[in-house]
Parts: sequence; structure tokens; C-alpha cells
Amino acid sequence: MESLGRFFRKLRMFLCREKFNRELEEEMAFHRAETAKEFRVEGVASEDARHGANRRFGNDARFRDESHETVAFWFEGLLQDFRFALRQLRKNPGFAVTAILILTFGIGASVAIFGFVDAALIKPLPYKNPNRLVVLFESIPLGPRFHLSYPDYVDWKRENTVFQSLDVYAPYGFMLSDPTGTHKADGARVSDGFFRTLGVVPALGRDFRPGEDQKNAPRTVLLSYSAWQRLYGGRKDVLGQTVILDSHPNTIIGVLPRDFHYAPAEPADFWTTLQDNISDCRGCHGFYGIARLKDGVSFQSAFANIKGIADQLARQYPDSNRDQKAFMLPMSEVIVGDIRPILLVLLSGAGLLLLIATVNVASLLLVRSESRRREIAVRGALGASMGRLIRQFVTEGLVLVATGSVLGLAAAYGGMQLFAHLIPKDMMAGMPYLHGLGLNARVLLFGCAISLAAGILFSLTPALRLSHSEMREGLTDGGRGYAGTMWRRFGSNLVVIELSTAMVLLVGAGLLGKSFYRLLHVDIGLQPDHLAMLTVGATSENYKKDEQRIALERQLIGQISALPGVKSAALSTRLPIGDGDGTAGFRIVGRPYHGEHMEVAIRKVSSGYFATIQAQLLRGRYFGEDEDNSKPQVVVINETMAKQYFPGEDPVGKKIAFDIDKPKEYLHIVGIVKDLQEGQLDAAPRGAMYVAYNQGPDNFFSIVARTSQDEESILPAMTSIIRQIDPSIATFGGSTMSERIHDSPSAYLHRSAAWIVGGFAGLALLLGVVGLYGVIAYSVSQRTREIGVRMALGAQRGSVYRLILGEAGWLTIVGIAAGLAVSLAAATLMRKLLFGVQAWDAPTLIAVAVVLALCALLASYLPARRAASVNPVEALRAE
Amino acid sequence: MLILKTLTRAPLHGYGIAQSIKRLSDDVLTVEEGSLYPALQRLLLQGWVKAEWKKTETNRRARYYTLTPAGRKQLGEELSQFELMIAAIGRVLQDA
Repeated sequence: MESLGRFFRKLRMFLCREKFNRELEEEMAFHRAETAKEFRVEGVASEDARHGANRRFGNDARFRDESHETVAFWFEGLLQDFRFALRQLRKNPGFAVTAILILTFGIGASVAIFGFVDAALIKPLPYKNPNRLVVLFESIPLGPRFHLSYPDYVDWKRENTVFQSLDVYAPYGFMLSDPTGTHKADGARVSDGFFRTLGVVPALGRDFRPGEDQKNAPRTVLLSYSAWQRLYGGRKDVLGQTVILDSHPNTIIGVLPRDFHYAPAEPADFWTTLQDNISDCRGCHGFYGIARLKDGVSFQSAFANIKGIADQLARQYPDSNRDQKAFMLPMSEVIVGDIRPILLVLLSGAGLLLLIATVNVASLLLVRSESRRREIAVRGALGASMGRLIRQFVTEGLVLVATGSVLGLAAAYGGMQLFAHLIPKDMMAGMPYLHGLGLNARVLLFGCAISLAAGILFSLTPALRLSHSEMREGLTDGGRGYAGTMWRRFGSNLVVIELSTAMVLLVGAGLLGKSFYRLLHVDIGLQPDHLAMLTVGATSENYKKDEQRIALERQLIGQISALPGVKSAALSTRLPIGDGDGTAGFRIVGRPYHGEHMEVAIRKVSSGYFATIQAQLLRGRYFGEDEDNSKPQVVVINETMAKQYFPGEDPVGKKIAFDIDKPKEYLHIVGIVKDLQEGQLDAAPRGAMYVAYNQGPDNFFSIVARTSQDEESILPAMTSIIRQIDPSIATFGGSTMSERIHDSPSAYLHRSAAWIVGGFAGLALLLGVVGLYGVIAYSVSQRTREIGVRMALGAQRGSVYRLILGEAGWLTIVGIAAGLAVSLAAATLMRKLLFGVQAWDAPTLIAVAVVLALCALLASYLPARRAASVNPVEALRAE
Repeated sequence: MLILKTLTRAPLHGYGIAQSIKRLSDDVLTVEEGSLYPALQRLLLQGWVKAEWKKTETNRRARYYTLTPAGRKQLGEELSQFELMIAAIGRVLQDA
């Protein structure tokens, strides 16, 4: 009740604030006048009486202030501080912009990376109790994460005593037939209880029923939410419709929830049962297991149980199961295990940068508080209380942090979208949990927490510098307390560390950027521009015989070559810049054999292939179109194979064999071609042979077309012409060679590494420079009197410049030297990431050192100029 | 408490309160007189005193403060508390 009355009285005073001020003023004036009168009555002169009265009254400004504070609402003082802070910052826009920019970057980078951490590591997986789920593998001598066979799954499921349920899945590529033709469609085959084990209930329709994964059960399919939206427009009547997968009709029975994903099988639009994969073959491995632990069963005891079962099976079926052990991992480990260390390293890097950023801005604030000592001292003398002054500084710090935080959050949002876009589609499909990326409550909370921490640091730094003794010194002379010296020493060390960090990161970014450039321009043995590519799967019954396949090849190549804008077309069973896989063992005819391992990559290519991709023939000839099985078998080998297996000989005319016992199938080497890069861009050259497609045709191959116009624009025409020839042929992977090079995993790895390190390097450079500026400016502000004395004694402006720049230069040189040493070590450590660049690449090191030195010079020039423009008379008088 | 006490006799303006305290304490309790005003604002806010503008004997405008019933009650409480404390201090000093 009393507090309510108090509130209203306060409110009334607030509303009549003008009147309150006037009345208080009048009242105090009256008081002083009365006192003065009293003095005069005692016979004091009028002027002295007034002074005496004022003395007896005390500091009226302070009392006015105190009265105000007594009756004011808490926010009024804050508002006043806030207005003052804004005015201060406006008065010094360079400082404000620098500080806010640094904070924006620091907070933005941290929050953006935290967004990824949140999406991948913190947000729970979209399953029921995901931490009770495990993934099961079979461990073989080659490695621990291999598939298990169907009979093993059945035995594991039956024998175990530790799982509520155990199911299996196998990622699978379907051939989807619809009225427009046949397409490749991503999906997975699962056992009937797969979704029940995960604890996922379809958003629409039903789950697989028990037994629906058995042979001859009706074929059913579940759609992913995105496939439902994309292919069926999200219509409810999709249930019961039929979809043709691999030439079998499947009934759609349900749609999975929108937030469902299962990264190990993604991208997956169609989920069917595994009835086509059921076999008795224990050596046929094709499944991964998932299981839910029974309540109260620990991971270790479950692992031991399933290991025992696998060992028992190994004893029981030594032919197929020898050395096959069980392996088990928590599901989160399988889904995000790979990305976790990367994200944590990035997050700690960002955190470190943010810390340095905050300390830097704090040091800038300190420089300012130094230059405002006088103002503070005057305000203190005029009666501002200590708390009031500190509150003023805190408010200024908070205004900076608040602005930086808001901008930082916006930057983080933009940064997240940008990063997500930089991830290629294929990789993104394997990380479906990143789709939820954005500023959710947790990310915002994190942003607020770091802003708060920064705010506290900022408020404390200048506030700690304010003390009563300092205040007096501020009025009398430019006192240099111990704290100042300590700060300078600490700041100098910090700057050296910052500069060397920047140096290391810049060198890293430079080397990675350079190797990325080298990688994109590496000689891959063909002309990558104007090459369009399309992969074709002719899996129907019409293409079982060689003659049919050859006929198809002739028809396809003939019609595509005739397309306007296409210069020539050809096919190969595998495209360059792939995984370099697809190898064959061989022997050289007429050479003694002692069991050496001879294996090279093998590609079946049509006669026009080399001409189309513009490979370079070193010796001999290419195949002719008429070289089919009626002619002797021919092969073109690459330079590496020639050097490796025919050193000092001319391979042309020699014969090789896959089966030395079949002289009819010996292959005649007719030509040597310069190496085409079959593997990744940064892979070492490997031996490869190219056999004539017409001598061993296939039903799955890629067409390449050399175009005279934009290669991308020819792809639709290629697709439609193939569809005209036979709608049952699936076409996919339409792309260009430039895209293939640009999006290849090795290019991606180099590009993203260069970008990430580059981004960090840019921030580190900015911070290092600002830090240097802060320390030098602080030092200048402390040495104003010294500089004034020097100049009064006849020092030239040039020597003042030398003095200040010398101090900065010394720090820079130490920073760069330390950075250089660490860079060399770091570059040696990341040698594996570099391509075509040495770790001690001198141009990069020199360029980085020069850039850093120039930036440092710029940062120290500003305070040096201020020092040199010190007016000695003023500097001395000001003290 | 002192301010409230001085106001028990009659309404006074700020200067009058200062004079009164000084006179009654035989010049022992002299503070910076201005510090009276923040204190007065606090009392106003608490509702223990009321203020109104009146003419002084010399015909100048001044703000006179009057004790309210709540203020009187508050003074009573504070005085009894103070007396308790003084008595306690006295007993301690006598014993020692």
C-alpha cells in the first residue's frame, strides 16, 4: 500500500519534472540568499557573504543530482547515460565504427559457427530417445565399419538379449519409371521394423507391417516428406497410388514426417522393404544394422553380447564368417561423428578470435578513457559520484556491445546461409541435420550469452581504471600509474601474439588459395571447356546382348553428334575426375611372370572418345569405329602405364592379357595417350588402359559431347533425344566438365579450407591491426608530456614519427618473425592439404609479411601523426 | 529523524530546518546544508512530509514542509528505536 502511494508520488513528480526542477532550484537559491543575509547581518562584505553562504551550502550541483536520483525512476538516469553515450560515440565515429565492426565480426563468426554446432551436435536427432539407439556393423580385417549379411542379421536379431529391437537398412538407387521416362531415384531398403526401432511414426498413412519385408509380400513404399511435396504436390490422396521402382509396382502406404532424416542413407526419397535383398548367402554383405537398447542395458554390455554372437557365428560358419566380428557405435557417433571435431575446432577458433576481439575493443576503450581523464576528473570535481561515472562508462560499453551484437546476429544469419550454400549439394544431402540451420532459440541464447560476457568485460575495463587517486592525478598531471605500464606490457605481448596469429593464418590461407588455384589449373590431359556429360543406364531387357548395346551406342552417338551446337560425341564407362576406381589385373604376353601385382584402371571408350575430350596421343593410334569382336582386341594405354610396365621399351605392338590362357583375347597395344586424370585432381598419376567399347559393350555409361556453344545448354537436348530413342533408358548426372572439376571433392576440400582459413585470417589481421593501433595509441596518450618535452627541446617531427613508428615497428617485426617461424611449422603440418605448392613457398611468405607490415604501418601511422602534431606548448601546459 | 523532529513544532522551509537543527544542537551538528534537500525529497517521496509554497515574514516565496500523520508515526517509531539503542549503548558503557 505504502509502496503504491510512493509510486504515484514518484509518477507525479516525473510528470511535472520541469516544475520539480524549478521549485528545487528556487528553494536552494532561497536558502543561499537567507544564509548570505545572515552573514551580512554579522557584518561580512556582500561578496564574501555570498561565497560564505555557498561554502556552507556545499556543492549544489551534487545535491541537485542527488535529489534527482532520489525521486527519479531507475530508467531516467539510464536514458540520460544512454543519450550521453550516443553523443560520445557520435563525436568519435572512427572509434565507434571500429569497435562495432570488430564486435560484429567476432560475434557474427562465433554465432554462425555455433549455429552449425547446434544443428549438428546439440539439436537432438529426430528419433525417440536417440541416445538409446546404436548402429551395428561387421568388422573385418580391412576395417570396422562393414556391412552384415542377411542371415547374420537374422541370427543377431534372434540370439541377442540386449536389444528391444534390431533392424537393418541398405541405401539403394532405384530406377523410377513414370510417364516422362525412367530416372534414377534415391532411396533405401529397410527391414519392416526400421521406423519402429527409430521411434518414427509416418506423418501420413502407416508404417510397414511386420512381415511386409518377406519375399512375395505385397510391395509397399514410404515417401520422404520432400518427395511427397516435390513429386505429389503434398496431396493426401497419394496413399494407395502406385509407383514403378525397378520395373515393379509399389503401393504408397505413407509419408515420413517433415523433420525426419537418416543421414547414413540420405538422400533417400523412397523407402521400401528389403524383400529383394533377402538371400541365404552369408558372404553377401549389404546391410547396416540399427538397434534400440533395452532399458537398463549399458552400451558396453550390449556390445559384449553382440560380439559373443558374432564370434559364435564365426565358429559355426568358418567359410563365410571367419574374422567377422561385431562392431557397434552410438547412433549420434555415426551420424555426426565425422563433423564433430571439425566443428569444435572451428568453434574454439571463433571463440579465441572473439576473446581477442573483445580484449582489443576493451583496449580501445581504455585509450579513450585515457584521453578522457580530464573530462572524468572535471566531472568528478563537479560532484559526479564514482558510481555515476562508472555507470556512464558501463553504459557506453553496453551501447557498443548491444549494437555489435545486433549486427553480429544479422551477420551470423547471413554467414550461416552463405556457408550452407558453399557446401555442395551432394555433401549437403549427406548432412540432412543441417537443414534446420538458422537462428533458433538456442543460437540466440548463445549470442546473448557471449554478448553479455563481452558487455561485462567492456564495462569492467574502463571502470577499473577509474579510481579516486587517478581522478586527482587526472586534474593535476598526466600521472602514469603502475596499472598503465602493466597494461602496456600486457598489450604489447598481446599484439605480438595477435600479429603472429594473423601471420600464420594468412600464410595458411595464401598457401591453400594458391594450391586451390594450382589444383583447378592442373593438367588433366584433356580440354575441360565445352564438354557436356550425361550418364545413361540402359537396364531394360532390350540391352542384354552385345549387338543391341553396340547398336544403341551407334544410335546415341550418331544422333547426339548431329545435334546443333555439338561438334562430336563419344562415351566411356567411367568419366575422368572420379574416384580412380575400376581397375583390372593383367599380364604382359611374352614376359616371364613371378606373381608380380599388375593392376591399372580400365575404361571402355568409344572410338571418338580421345578426339572428343582432346586427349594427346603420344605414339601409335586410337581405335577405329569398326574395331569390334570380329577384329583383334585393341587397347590404348596411358603414359604412366607405359613408363611403369614398359620401361625403356616401345609398348606399341606389345600384347597384354587378362587371362594368359586365352590367346584369342590378348589385347594389342595400339597407342599411348598422355595421362588423363581418372582420379581426383590432386591424385598421383596412375596407370590406366582404354579398351574399345565395341569389343566389350556395357549398358551403363557416360556420354561426353564437345560443343561449340555453352555446354550447359546442350544437356536438355541430349536428355530429350535419348528419351525419344527409348523412354526406358534412365539419364542422370547431367553436368559439364568444368562443373565436375569445380565440384569435385578435392576441389571442394581445397576451396572450403582456403575460404575458412582465409576468413579467419582476415579477422585475425583486422584484430591484430586494431590491437596494434590500440597499444600504440595508448602509449602515445601516456607519453604526450614526454613528446612535448622532446619537441620543446628541439626534436623534429620526423624524430617523433621515428619514435612512435619505431615502437610499432619493433612489435610488428617481433610478431612477423614469430609468425614466420610458426607458419613454417604449421605449413609443414598441413603439407598434405597443399597441392603444387611447397610449405616454404617464398612468394607467399614474403607477400604475407609485406601485407602485414603495411597494415601495421597504417595502424601505427595514425597515432604517430597525432604524436607528431602535439603542440609542445599545449602539451606542457596541459600537464 | 532530525528533520522530522524539527517539523513537529511548526511547518518550516529548508533554511528554517537547517537553522533549527543548528540552533538546537548548539552548532554541534553542522553539515553541508545543501545535503538537506536530497533528504527532503526522500521524505516527500515516502509521504512523511508535505510541501506547499507560502510567503515568509519577509514576504518572499518559500516552500514550507509539514509533517504528515504517516511522518509522525514514522518519527515515533524511529525515536523509540533510537531510545532503545541509546539505552543499550548506555548500559554497555556503564558496565565497562
